[in-house]
Amino acid sequence: MKKQIPLLIVIVLSFLFALWAVIPHKVSEDFFQGYLVFARAMSPFGVILGLMSITMVNVTKIKRKAPTWQYSYVTLISLYLTAAIGFIWGTSEGSPYIWIFKNIQMPMSATMFSLLAFYISTAAYKAFRARSAEATVLLVAAIIVMLGQVPYGVMISPKIPAFAQWILDVPNLASKRGFGLGVGLAMTAVSLKIMLGIERSYLGGGD
Amino acid sequence: MFEIISNLIAAFFTLAIFSFLYKDNPMYRLAEQLLVGISVGYGIPLTWQNAFIPFVYQPIFIQHKWYLIIPCLFGLMYVVRFSRSLSWLARYPIAIGMGMTGAGVVLSMNAGVLVQMRSAMQPIDNINMLLIFIGTVTVLLYFYFSKAHTGFYGKITKVGVWFMMIGFGASFGNTVMARISLLIGRIQFLVYDVIMGFIK
Repeated sequence: MKKQIPLLIVIVLSFLFALWAVIPHKVSEDFFQGYLVFARAMSPFGVILGLMSITMVNVTKIKRKAPTWQYSYVTLISLYLTAAIGFIWGTSEGSPYIWIFKNIQMPMSATMFSLLAFYISTAAYKAFRARSAEATVLLVAAIIVMLGQVPYGVMISPKIPAFAQWILDVPNLASKRGFGLGVGLAMTAVSLKIMLGIERSYLGGGD
Repeated sequence: MFEIISNLIAAFFTLAIFSFLYKDNPMYRLAEQLLVGISVGYGIPLTWQNAFIPFVYQPIFIQHKWYLIIPCLFGLMYVVRFSRSLSWLARYPIAIGMGMTGAGVVLSMNAGVLVQMRSAMQPIDNINMLLIFIGTVTVLLYFYFSKAHTGFYGKITKVGVWFMMIGFGASFGNTVMARISLLIGRIQFLVYDVIMGFIK
């Protein structure tokens, strides 16, 4: 009852969806549209789960006075305050909600990602220190691709942008296609395992 | 004046995050936790507006499609995930979501394998097409582990490794450039919008 019925739901729905994917008929299309209405009505409740999870993690941290527990207050206050501002003053352009997004969230997330420019350079330095032929090929390809996108590349040699494009269009495409085929086969295999009830880890542990 | 204050606040949080380059410090941690909180908080009104209102509230309470209470009840089963005695109920909405994987068998075979193979099976009429063919085959052979990578087969898979390294290098280069352009954007903001704006 606790595991068998959800498993049965997955198996039955999977077979129906496999049929939907190969039979372009009105009945199968109606089934798909019906499922979409059902799934869309269910989806907003997933956010409640996420909200409960982040709240519980931070409240537990505060209660236990775990290391850096003071910052959990910042997370919780900013979370509920941003949400409340969005509900009270709306989400349209010019509202405080959009101001928070433009002047706090967006600059911080852009800066966070730009930090990676420094750490990625350190990683490149470590890769170069590996001194293996493969690591050198990786780095040379990376440098050519980077030079191909900046004016300095053209200043060094006008052929660099074309060479960078060739790397992207030929050897890069070959390796990506190899990966793509591998990933496609793996996805098919995993989907098949779920469909046949062999893969059940999504049901979790316990009874 | 309001714009200057807004820019100063954005500049403060930008510098707070950049301060991590020196070492981990309270200002960075404050900014980090604030970013997490605001990012999650930002999503809640959007979910309400773009998912709850059009897919739950309007169909049920305005169009009176009462049968949609059933998926709502399934959705509420997510919430009991944290209860020890009722957590098993959360398997029902998960199972309904996982049901779509049946389509994945057919669709991933089509998009991930057949379309890729069709693109790969082009006439080899120039050196680039030959290189793409050799690269694709050798990369695939590298991931075939039922045969030991030794002897002639090992040499073939080694060619695949070289193709992969060039591919990784290209991805690495593109990623670095994307991050650098973000960094340039932040520096431009600090110089032109904040410092220059303040001087004016």
